[in-house]
Amino acid sequence: MINLLINDQKVSVQAGTTVLAAAKKLKINIPTLCNHDDLCVAGNCRVCIVEQKGARTLIASCATPASEGMDIHTNTLKVRNARKHIVELLLSEHRADCTKCYKNQNCELQSLANEFAFGDHIFLDLVEDHKYNIDRSSPSFIKDDSKCIRCQRCVRTCSELQYISAIAVSNKGAQMKISSFNNRPMSHVVCTNCGQCVNRCPTGALVEKTYIDQVWDAIYDPDKHVVVQTAPAVRVALGEDLGYDPGERVTGKMVNALRQLGFSSVLDTDFTADLTIMEEGTELLVRLKKALVDGDKKVSLPMFTSCSPGWIKFIEHKYPEFLPNLSTCKSPQQMFGVLAKTYYAKKRNIDPSKIVSVSIMPCTAKKFEADRPEMRASGFKDVDFVLTTRELAVMIKQAGLDFRNLEEAKYDSIMGDSTGAGVIFGATGGVMEAALRTAYEIVTGREVPFGNLNITPVRGMDGVKEATVKIEGCVDAWKFLEGAELKVAIAHGLVNANKIMKLVREGKAPYHFIEIMACPGGCIGGGGQPIPTNMQIRKNRMKAIYAEDEHMVLRKSHENPEVIAIYKEFLEKPNSHKSHELLHTHYIERDNY
Amino acid sequence: MENKGLNKVDLIFEKIEPKEVLIKAFKMSSAEIIQNILDSGLKGRGGAGFPTGLKWKYTAAEKSSEKYIVCNADEGEPGTFKDREILERVSDKVHGGMAIAGKAIGAKMGIVYLRGEYRYMLLKLMIELDSFHKMIKEIGYDFNIEYRMGSGAYICGEESALFESIEGKRGEPRNKPPYPTVSGVFDKPTSINNVETLVTAMMIIQHGAKNFTQYGTKDSRGSKVFSVSGDTPTPGIFELELGMSVQQFVNVFGDGDTKAVQVGGASGFCVPRKKFAETIIGFEGVPTGGSMMLFNSSRSMYNVLHNYLDFFTEESCGQCTPCRVGCQQLLKGVEKVKKGEAKPTYLNELMKLADSMKIAAKCGLGQSVGNAFKSIVGNFREEIIY
Amino acid sequence: MYQVGNLVKELSDKHGRMRESLMPILQEIVQKHNYLTDEAMVEVARELDISAAEVYGTASFYTFLDTQEKGKYVIRICKTITCSMKGKSDIIHTLEDMLKIKVGETTTDKQFSLIETNCIGWCHKAPAILINEMPYTELTPEKVSTIIKDYMQK
Ligand SMILES: Cc1cc2nc3c(=O)[nH]c(=O)nc-3n(C[C@H](O)[C@H](O)[C@H](O)COP(=O)(O)O)c2cc1C
Ligand code: SF4
Ligand code: SF4
Ligand code: SF4
Ligand code: SF4
Ligand code: FES
Ligand code: FES
Repeated sequence: MINLLINDQKVSVQAGTTVLAAAKKLKINIPTLCNHDDLCVAGNCRVCIVEQKGARTLIASCATPASEGMDIHTNTLKVRNARKHIVELLLSEHRADCTKCYKNQNCELQSLANEFAFGDHIFLDLVEDHKYNIDRSSPSFIKDDSKCIRCQRCVRTCSELQYISAIAVSNKGAQMKISSFNNRPMSHVVCTNCGQCVNRCPTGALVEKTYIDQVWDAIYDPDKHVVVQTAPAVRVALGEDLGYDPGERVTGKMVNALRQLGFSSVLDTDFTADLTIMEEGTELLVRLKKALVDGDKKVSLPMFTSCSPGWIKFIEHKYPEFLPNLSTCKSPQQMFGVLAKTYYAKKRNIDPSKIVSVSIMPCTAKKFEADRPEMRASGFKDVDFVLTTRELAVMIKQAGLDFRNLEEAKYDSIMGDSTGAGVIFGATGGVMEAALRTAYEIVTGREVPFGNLNITPVRGMDGVKEATVKIEGCVDAWKFLEGAELKVAIAHGLVNANKIMKLVREGKAPYHFIEIMACPGGCIGGGGQPIPTNMQIRKNRMKAIYAEDEHMVLRKSHENPEVIAIYKEFLEKPNSHKSHELLHTHYIERDNY
Repeated sequence: MENKGLNKVDLIFEKIEPKEVLIKAFKMSSAEIIQNILDSGLKGRGGAGFPTGLKWKYTAAEKSSEKYIVCNADEGEPGTFKDREILERVSDKVHGGMAIAGKAIGAKMGIVYLRGEYRYMLLKLMIELDSFHKMIKEIGYDFNIEYRMGSGAYICGEESALFESIEGKRGEPRNKPPYPTVSGVFDKPTSINNVETLVTAMMIIQHGAKNFTQYGTKDSRGSKVFSVSGDTPTPGIFELELGMSVQQFVNVFGDGDTKAVQVGGASGFCVPRKKFAETIIGFEGVPTGGSMMLFNSSRSMYNVLHNYLDFFTEESCGQCTPCRVGCQQLLKGVEKVKKGEAKPTYLNELMKLADSMKIAAKCGLGQSVGNAFKSIVGNFREEIIY
Repeated sequence: MYQVGNLVKELSDKHGRMRESLMPILQEIVQKHNYLTDEAMVEVARELDISAAEVYGTASFYTFLDTQEKGKYVIRICKTITCSMKGKSDIIHTLEDMLKIKVGETTTDKQFSLIETNCIGWCHKAPAILINEMPYTELTPEKVSTIIKDYMQK
């Protein structure tokens, strides 16, 4: 243990602990900007400077390991003056039009300015000297360099967590900035639109492209029937933006709020998550049969899940030769979208051209996905607008709803029924678990051999997870699988996806089925989730997801009554011709830069 | 304060038989070599002035099968050109110094990081390096040197930025600790030394520490190479004993009308005429990596300051706030004051900003911008305003 | 614009495909072609298995690794203090007149580019310039025009 003094208080910490963390232990707050729990240390904003007795300069507390006998003061006049200067300097380079800014009230720079640099600015305005660029090319987010403080959180995110580096630091000196490849528009580079950078940007330099106003317009258009679907991960995170602690489930209140906002019908993406399991599970079994029984060498195995649009774009850019291994299933969002304008329209007797389909997602890549040309199987744009969890919170605030005191409400029907299997889609390993719950039962006629249906090996925050399920006691139709060991793997965060894909490329991946989610933790850690998101918060949300599952009466996708009904009335059976027409698709190869 | 006056010395460029010195060095133990350098009191010649013996001692103490000795030949400080001259004239001593340092710290690999501006001499250096490698082999010692080129970035002279650059990245200085002696290039224990430091170390092994300590002062032992430029009738390279005053320097190199000397380059200090006599050139007074720029009374110190600030605004790596934005503010600030668009009292705010940069910037670049700024504004305020 | 062809592959064979190979590879492309095209950077990224944005980000950090088109002879004029004091402006004017371009520009025949640079280590022989790798020092307008005429003949 290392002993040191901070503001004259003694503290002992493990070797390697930073001064910042040591101070936190004493509940001493040191402001930070470039620091983020998910990322490696940068030490470049210098806001966290503190005074170390005997040192020539101030030290960056986030970047300096505590050492024996250190005598640290976090709030001397010297520190305060320098810190104020730093905040002032950042503001002088910054187009601080807070009232027009999407991050107003949720901005780390603004909070610091409120604490340190209020009143008249000391320094000259440098904004006019910079030719700042605003890039609105991506359908998912906006990159506004005039609000960038060069903390490099986004760059570290894109490289450390996502292994893409669609953006990097470019130039030097006063010209230093965050750039895509030769400053090409974000829509034309390898960016996956995952929004992880957006989630970690402390300012308004990276924000989701918002469609709130368009959604309000649709809601108030008397000619339109506006349906809304909510992704599973939203219900365990939305509360954070409305004053709840991370991990509190607000499903019922959220449904009520959506109704109050004026959506014609409040439905659940979980329904199509369950449907995805039917389609994807069947697809997997068919591929296995072709490979094992028919000896078809052309079958692409392992099969990859396809519900994460960030992951889809990743494979399109980086591993296009494995596109045939992707499940052809559209994501639950898109299945929902196409069914809303076909099945739902028919059942409810509504002209599909009058339906506006909105989805609430933990994800920014879903905005891109909804815009893809592949996603118009209904004859219309299947999903019209995608809002993030954060945008929904904004709408709730705009409408002046007293969220905390709303009654719990239930989803509408049809396409509002869900099972626990659909819910756990929101966490890494969830799709796999849901798929196993169903596939195993189809093949053996029995429930998966895990206590209370909880397939714990596929759960948790390990970057890459593996599991083997031995298949025994098959029903007649699946006898060829008797005794087979189904090998599965799960990765979340594209850096981990890349690890698996490397193995696949080298032919060293012994798996049949691989679940990949672009975001760390899966959708609960999506780019559209409340800010901040970090490991502890992801863990809380994950816990909430599994709690939601355990509280459900139905926990297997094939038991979802509306799923059973839709096959009976509309789709016939999984992987039917109609399913293929509406619910399946193929993706394209893209450049790797 | 000790004052040795101005004495020319000829040790650095002295032609020697490197093979003999190396044979002598390789017979010594690592500890003996380090002790010699410690005894000599040699401080780094690259600017920061860290005791070379200590640096070697720390690196030697690290347990690692892979260590590096890096020769810093990035020489980007305005007004410095001595390392180029040393490499042109006595590269065998640079390579030799690296081998000795390698022996001292237990490194088999040396890397010379040569600034891109000096690429014209690379071919010649490669030939000389070949003969050096041959000689080392003859002696039966295992040490290998590689050259890596810079590509026009002053900050890459900062040691950790230099490592980043060797590793193929942007030259952004790292957080310290860890220091290079623990984790340097390729995250391996590294001793990074200036070109001249290495040559001097070889000289110390050749002539003994005693011989070296007879030159210079308590805080600044030995002699060093000065790069003299600006308003002087005799610009060029001069090896001088340390411990002279600026006055004594100006007496020899000035043009009779010297109003200020910038000691240590753009990141050094400006000494005005009235302080020439009291200011000693060395670690006890104004330290310098060798850059001595003289200005006579026809020069506008505003232009000098503006030129330096322009330099830093471009050459800062840009990663940390105090330096990236601070440099822009200082530059724009003096421009506005000069044009009368900002009050002269705004200079006081800028002086405070320079203080903050000194203590809050991440690396030596941002930390030393204030040196020139404060010493020029402090001594030539009128020239900045009017 | 030049075509990189096999160059990047050859250089990667020569310098390796590690991150540390990046600078030598970029430097050699620039030595040959004087600047980096998008195509060249994408190739390098592919060979080294790093992102193109990182290649660009690294290249743009270094003033000598130009990502804008440059002529066959890149003239870099030192603008730091000593050269400024010793007549840098006269040299620039002479060059601008001779080449009919401004600082920052490239002649239409793609022979010459004119840029300013920071101290190149010849302050005692100021003013100084580099033409590609070669330093030219103690320049006067006459001297520099002779030098450029020589290059024009090449
Ligand atoms: C901005 C900056 C530029 C530097 N440039 C050089 C340089 O060009 N050459 C050099 O030897 N040291 C330079 N240094 C100092 C190095 O960081 C390092 O201290 C030195 O190479 C150590 O060698 P020495 O102890 O032999 O002087 C620079 C430091 C800073 C902060
Ligand atoms: S980024 Fe923050 S400080 Fe800047 S304008 Fe937006 S809210 Fe204000
Ligand atoms: S959205 Fe994702 S892929 Fe795109 S730049 Fe941000 S982190 Fe990188
Ligand atoms: S875009 Fe945001 S995260 Fe990236 S450097 Fe700028 S302020 Fe930081
Ligand atoms: S002080 Fe300047 S050069 Fe050093 S790290 Fe900060 S920005 Fe980069
Ligand atoms: S938070 Fe420590 S330097 Fe930015
Ligand atoms: S100032 Fe021009 S070469 Fe140094």
